[in-house]
Amino acid sequence: MSQPTAAREIVVVNPQGFHARPAHLFMKLASEFEAEVRILKGNSAINGKSILDLLTLGAGNGTKLTLQAVGNDAQAAVDALALLVESGFGEMDNGSPQAQASA
Amino acid sequence: MKFSDFIVMPAIKADLAADDKGDVIDELVHSLVDAGVIKPTDQEGIVAAVMRREELGSTGIGRGVAVPHTKHPTVERLIGTVGISAEGVNFNSLDGAKVHLFFLIVSPHDRPSDHLRALEQITMHLRDDAFCRFLKQARTVPDIQQLLEEADANQFST
Repeated sequence: MSQPTAAREIVVVNPQGFHARPAHLFMKLASEFEAEVRILKGNSAINGKSILDLLTLGAGNGTKLTLQAVGNDAQAAVDALALLVESGFGEMDNGSPQAQASA
Repeated sequence: MKFSDFIVMPAIKADLAADDKGDVIDELVHSLVDAGVIKPTDQEGIVAAVMRREELGSTGIGRGVAVPHTKHPTVERLIGTVGISAEGVNFNSLDGAKVHLFFLIVSPHDRPSDHLRALEQITMHLRDDAFCRFLKQARTVPDIQQLLEEADANQFST
């Protein structure tokens, strides 16, 4: 009955934060997974496959978020999405993306 | 952040004439020039910058809404305008639908958090079906202003 779940704390590391382009990248990647993807910020939860929802996060540099997924590929979804966020969405210009950072 | 903090009310366009992507961006930036918050000499550069940003991926985020934007060194604070197209404009939006509602934002380079707060404000209210529908149906500038003021006063609640 119960579906596989996965969760992980992530931090927004790129200087510009979770603006429109990162939100688009996140949505596209999240949509490749079957699992439902949610992001928790404080006590609000949003749908990780909706760009409109993602932009409501207003998550700037340094913001801590919780990534959650529910479904067969939940762990793969969380791993891939955490990597995307923690590599700074390809926007890190210091040449050392913090892709290895983990919870 | 509230709409009144960044939307330049005299620049609001209730009835956009443009019917393609480039023209609609031009018309929106021009409205900010007409309102006196962008210098006429900067218009072309800002339009080009907004178009370059669109080439990275459309800011047509679905629901008939687009948030074209750019950072530009000539603005001292975040400014924006609202435009409505009854006909809708093909904006290569993410869901393929025509865009009826535009929020154009121009921000200084050194204020990424203001830009995020503006996007947050816009999208938070657009998630509200009533606000989104009323705004798309608005046909006069005072109607749009009133809707933005009501949203600022939290008269729409989800």
